[in-house]
Amino acid sequence: MSDLPAVRLLDSTLRDGSHAIGHRWTPEQVEAIAGGLDRAGMHAVGVGHGDGLGASSIQYLRALHPDEELLRTARRVLEHAKLAVTFQPGIGTGRHLEQAAELGADLARIATHCTEADISVQHIGVARELGMDVHGDLMMPHMTTPAKLAEQARIMVDAGARGVHIMDSAGALTPDDVKARVVAFRDAFGGDAEVGIHAHENLSLAVANTLVAVGEGATLADACLAGAGAGAGNCQMEALVAVLDRVGRPTGIDLFALQDLAEELVRPAMPRQPVVDRTTLTQGYAGVPGSFLLHAQRVAERFGVDPRDLIVEVGRYQAVAGQEDLLIEIAARSAADRSAAAG
Amino acid sequence: MRVAILGSGNIGTDLMVKVRRAPALRLVAMVGIDPASDGLARARALGVPATDAGLERWLATDPRVDVVVEATSARAHAEHAPLLAARGIRCIDLTPAALGPAVVPDVGLDRHLDAADVSLVTCGAQATVPVVAALSAVGPVGYAEVVCTVASRSAGPGTRQNIDEFTVATARSLEVLGGAAAGKAVIILNPAEPPIVMRNTVYAEVGGMDPAAAADAVRAAVGRVAAYVPGYRLRADPLVADGQVTVFVEVEGAGDYLPRYAGNLDIMTAAAIRVAELYAERLATR
Repeated sequence: MSDLPAVRLLDSTLRDGSHAIGHRWTPEQVEAIAGGLDRAGMHAVGVGHGDGLGASSIQYLRALHPDEELLRTARRVLEHAKLAVTFQPGIGTGRHLEQAAELGADLARIATHCTEADISVQHIGVARELGMDVHGDLMMPHMTTPAKLAEQARIMVDAGARGVHIMDSAGALTPDDVKARVVAFRDAFGGDAEVGIHAHENLSLAVANTLVAVGEGATLADACLAGAGAGAGNCQMEALVAVLDRVGRPTGIDLFALQDLAEELVRPAMPRQPVVDRTTLTQGYAGVPGSFLLHAQRVAERFGVDPRDLIVEVGRYQAVAGQEDLLIEIAARSAADRSAAAG
Repeated sequence: MRVAILGSGNIGTDLMVKVRRAPALRLVAMVGIDPASDGLARARALGVPATDAGLERWLATDPRVDVVVEATSARAHAEHAPLLAARGIRCIDLTPAALGPAVVPDVGLDRHLDAADVSLVTCGAQATVPVVAALSAVGPVGYAEVVCTVASRSAGPGTRQNIDEFTVATARSLEVLGGAAAGKAVIILNPAEPPIVMRNTVYAEVGGMDPAAAADAVRAAVGRVAAYVPGYRLRADPLVADGQVTVFVEVEGAGDYLPRYAGNLDIMTAAAIRVAELYAERLATR
C-alpha cells in the first residue's frame, strides 16, 4: 500500500453543492463549512456559483451572494487548504479570474465540454499568469471516446494545467468507462500532469467510480459533504474518506469532523437532499448534465410537463452543460403544441 | 455600388455569392493572399477579378471601388484600415478588430452611414441586439442577457482562441446598441452531429412593460431581420412573465458557401450585405 500515490481530495460542497440549494450559500455558511474542511485536512475547497465565476445570471440562476463575497470569506478561514474556483470559458471572462486571484484563490479549475478543450487555452494562460495553480475539467466525458478525451486533456496540460479532471457532469459513466478514461489520461500525460475524477451519483456509482479511478492512478478526487451537488449529487465526501481508509489509501482527513459538518451544516441547508430518484436517474441514463435538475423541475412546473420528458428531449438534442435555456424552449414549444391541439 | 471583398476564406467566399446576388452591388474584386485559395479560384471561375497579392499591392493598381468588406482577421484589419481610409474607401469590418463604431443593420445604422469603418461586432450581437433594441423602443430594459449556442464546427480558431472577445463585445453591444442598462452574453459551443443550427436565447428584464406590446415588438423585429437573413426565426412565441421577456431565435444559414447550420456565420455575411445595400441606397439618393 505504501507504493501507491497519495490521493488528494478537493471539496466542492460550496461550489457544485450550490446547485442543490439554488446557489444560495451565505458568508456565514461558507465561513463555518470552509473552516471546518480546512481543519479536517482537506486539500482544496472550491467556492462560488455552481456554474463557475461570473455565472450568476438568469440562465444559471442568480446567486444570493456574489462570488467575491464568498471567496473573501473563505480566504479568511482557510489556513492550509487551497481556495479553488471554477471557470467556464464563454460564461465568465478573464476579468473574473483576475478578481478571483486578487481575492486569494490558489487554484483555478477551467472547465469545458469534453471535445472543446482548445477554448480553455486562453484562460489557462490567464490563470497561470495570475499565479494560480490550474486544473482542467472536461465535462460530459461520456459523450466522447477515452482516446479522444485524452487528446483533449493533453491540450489542457500543454496549455499549463497540472491536473485534468474527468468531470462526469451527467453521472453517466460506468466503472469500466471511468477505468478506460483514467488509463487513457495516464498514457497521454506521461507524468506531466495528474489525473482527477469528479463523479456524480445519478447511476448510484459515484463512490464506486471514484474508487475505480484512484485504483487506476487518479490522484485527485472531487467530492461534496452529504453528497451535495447538481442532479443526484456528487460523490459523498465522508463516504469516500471512509472507503479510501478501508482500502488502504488513507487521506489523513478527520472522518468524524467531516460527518459532523455534513450532518450539522450541509444537510440542513438543502431544501431537498440529493437522491437517485426517477428524475435524477433519468439524467444519468439519458446523459444530461446534473445542473439541469433544478431548472427542469422549475420549468416543468411552470409549463405543466413531466421533467423526465424534458430531460429525455434535451438528451436527444445532445445538449451540453450550460444549455439550460433549451429546457424552457422545449417546454414552451410543447405547451404551445398541446394548446394548439386542444384548440 | 462597387464592392471589393478582402479575404478569400470561407467568409469571403460566402460574401462573394451574396454580393453577386444583390442588384445594388457590383463585385469588382476579391483580394486574398493565398494563391491556393478555393475562394480565389471560384472567383476567377465566375469572372470576378481576383488577386492573391494582398491589399497593399491591389491598392497600388488604383482600383475603382466604393466599399471594401473585410473578412480577414482582426490583426490584418488593423493594418488594412489606415490604407483604406487614406484612399477614402469605406470598410465594413467582419473581424473582431472593433476599430469603427459597432453596427447592426436594423438598429440605428443611420447614425453611422458616413463612418469610414464600421464593425459588425459578433454574430451574437447581430442575432440578439435587434430583439433587445425593439424592447428598448417600447420601454426601459434594465438588463439583457443572451445565450448563443453555435455548432462547434462553425467556431473558427479565431473565436476559440479568444472567446472573451466574443462575450465582452456582445455584452457591450446589448448596452450600446440594444439600449439595455446592463448586458451579459454567454457563448456555448455544441459539438452535436449533425451540427446544430445557431440558437440564441434573449432574457430581458423589462419591469412593468405591457406584455402584448413587448411580444409584438419582438415579432416585428424578428421579421425585419428575417428580411435580410432569411433563416432568422423565432423558435417559440416570446414568453413574457413577471417583468421578464424570454425570446428564442434560431439562425439557419442560407447555404450560399457556408453550410446551413452555420447561421452564426451567415448572419454576419448577410448583415454586411445589408449594410452595403444601405450605403448604396444613400449613394443613389445623393
